[in-house]
Amino acid sequence: MDQEQLTTIEDVQRAMFAQRYIADRSLATAVFLALKRRKPLLLEGEPGVGKTEIAKVLAAILDTKLIRLQCYEGIDVSTAVYEWNYTRQMLHIRLMEAGGANHQEELKEIFGPDFLIERPLLQAIDPANTQAPVLLIDELDRSDEEFEAYLLELLSDFQITIPEIGTISAKETPIVIITSNRTREIHDALRRRCLYYWIDFPTLEKEYSIVLARMPDVPERLAKQVCTFVRELRSADLFKAPGIAETLDWISSLLALNQLELVEGSVRDTLGALLKYQDDVLKVGGSELNKMLKKAQGVS
Amino acid sequence: MNAQPYENGDYFALQPLQPLEIERGERLLYRLTEFGRILWEVGIDVGPRKTLDLAETLDYIDITSKEDFYNTLKCSLLGKHEQEPVFNQMFLYYWYMRDRQDKKTGNAPGAAKRDERQMRLPPSELKRLAEHLNAPAEQHKNLRAEMRESERRRRIDEFLDEDNDDDSSTPQGTAYSAIEVLRKKDFESFTWDEVQEAKKLMAEMRWRLGQRPTHRKKPARRGSYPDMRRIVRRNLKYGAELLELTWRRIKYKPRPLVIICDISGSMSLYSRLLLHFIHTISNGLMNVEAFVFGTRLTRVTRQLKRRDVDDAVRDVSKSVQDWSGGTRIGDALHYFNWKWAKRVLGRGAVVLIISDGWDRGDASVLEVEMDRLQHSCHRLIWLNPLLGSPDYRPLTIGMKTALPFIDDFLPAHNLDSLISLGNLLGEIDDSRPVRSAATRRKAVAEWSKPKVYV
Repeated sequence: MDQEQLTTIEDVQRAMFAQRYIADRSLATAVFLALKRRKPLLLEGEPGVGKTEIAKVLAAILDTKLIRLQCYEGIDVSTAVYEWNYTRQMLHIRLMEAGGANHQEELKEIFGPDFLIERPLLQAIDPANTQAPVLLIDELDRSDEEFEAYLLELLSDFQITIPEIGTISAKETPIVIITSNRTREIHDALRRRCLYYWIDFPTLEKEYSIVLARMPDVPERLAKQVCTFVRELRSADLFKAPGIAETLDWISSLLALNQLELVEGSVRDTLGALLKYQDDVLKVGGSELNKMLKKAQGVS
Repeated sequence: MNAQPYENGDYFALQPLQPLEIERGERLLYRLTEFGRILWEVGIDVGPRKTLDLAETLDYIDITSKEDFYNTLKCSLLGKHEQEPVFNQMFLYYWYMRDRQDKKTGNAPGAAKRDERQMRLPPSELKRLAEHLNAPAEQHKNLRAEMRESERRRRIDEFLDEDNDDDSSTPQGTAYSAIEVLRKKDFESFTWDEVQEAKKLMAEMRWRLGQRPTHRKKPARRGSYPDMRRIVRRNLKYGAELLELTWRRIKYKPRPLVIICDISGSMSLYSRLLLHFIHTISNGLMNVEAFVFGTRLTRVTRQLKRRDVDDAVRDVSKSVQDWSGGTRIGDALHYFNWKWAKRVLGRGAVVLIISDGWDRGDASVLEVEMDRLQHSCHRLIWLNPLLGSPDYRPLTIGMKTALPFIDDFLPAHNLDSLISLGNLLGEIDDSRPVRSAATRRKAVAEWSKPKVYV
């Protein structure tokens, strides 16, 4: 779909729904503004609530490239932006010597685009892009402060300076989605440049419709029971509450076991799909599990 | 999910509402600026640039829809999830309530402005101004009153006597440095003047925290990683031969420090001075997170970021509700592990717990949480002000439960002990402290022994 076709917030919401992403109006507003204003959208929320998914869905809606930059501790310019192809450069110098060509001209070439390895950020602002790509900067909180500071320049001007070549600026401003799990505070300077949205755990009804949208062949009864059970789990005092990703995971494990509704045995066996800490499994595993199950089985 | 930000009922249904349509144009910009200003006053980072930007953004949406208007303002102006409740309150106040109040009383948007004007001068400045203008005798009285506040009620009289004694025998003739005496003196018996002196000394302390290797590398004369980029550049002049090698080495950075300070009743003699101490640390180091607890945990990092120590401490006491109450260390640590550990304990953090270990909570909770806390940080240091007295032994249930999970157990009762803490922090290196069962037992036995304190 072309971006011009998305003229209202409803359009965005509908388009996302068509991609099987259930977004409520406030989220659709944030996405809509990010598209229109071409400002980066900073998404925060518990793990597994669908932050990364938004970028994928957007790329699918706009039918454009998704460029993903997974951040990690120690990420730097050579892995995120560009690097020179040293091997090729060196080989080229050898060839030049053997051929005895005009050195001045050739030397310039060595630091030319042919020898440049483009990393995600450079790809995103490549002037050759005919259509604005979606740039996903995933889990920014894992990177170091230095890298965040570098991003500031990129995100405000969408240009990158390579000393040997010059400044490269984007013809089509990319749509930038940044996600963070808050293992570290993102600096205010970066926040200031972004639209901000906090994705919360979904309500029961919303989670139910997400499950149905994502897995159309799941029996309704099972879907309802699972959503109720997961909601109960989230209200328990757990170290890591399950996200939507875990819910979907769990349902597919239950389906693989040919379950049509929640039964204690199979729930216990598959609890690992929902709870990722031994402490949490122990805490829920006791009498509490039965209580939650009763509640979940009550709905039909 | 967030569409209904207010717990009970729909805000947008509040009647009567001023139609937003007539707010278009300059008037809207004016109101947005004013709203931005109010947000700024309550601590949400909104500058003029953001406001202008927002005005442009509003062109894209239908501002007659209250919901969209609210959503747009929120995602443009707000940058932190924690501030959402404040934002909601201010939004409601500014765009709905205030107008109605104004209409009722018939005065233009003056109410908020008057408040602003009062806020202009930081209270510490006002206080300082007052101090400056007041006669010295009167000043002393005021300050003594302030001191009284921070003391336990039942000790007031005792304390005042002590204070008077000290006043009459000011150590004018003392032969050796007063600072030396001060450094060894227990905080508990400080007079007001000494507190001031101690504050000054603390402010002069320089803090250094142990470094951790990061995953980044930087160019260096010597190192273990080749710097290919510079190698190619350098050696171009020799043709294809690589004659000069250049290197990169691992970059080091100070570790983050997390301070969790007990401010319950039993600590009240120390807590104010310790807050000063935490303030100097957090202003002297880059990554410091601070929490205080009595029965519940409160994060005070932002409050302590204020330059002026008196402002900072006042802000802290405002935001803390359980000042000088009971202690439930286990619950506080549980909340910390559950809510904050993932956010602040990354990157090899050093955790500093300041408490006397008087715990009225459940010991089994404390045990589980201490264990978890120790596992998720690089070094766990416990400062106990009582450890300064020669006959102290960690015999309370809380302290006994916590001891096996502590890497360092140190006193924090006078300035000297804080200085030695500073030295310890500077010496923390990459090596993990040994946490085997045998070492733990030995350490606990060592700490529990009655000792001769020098």
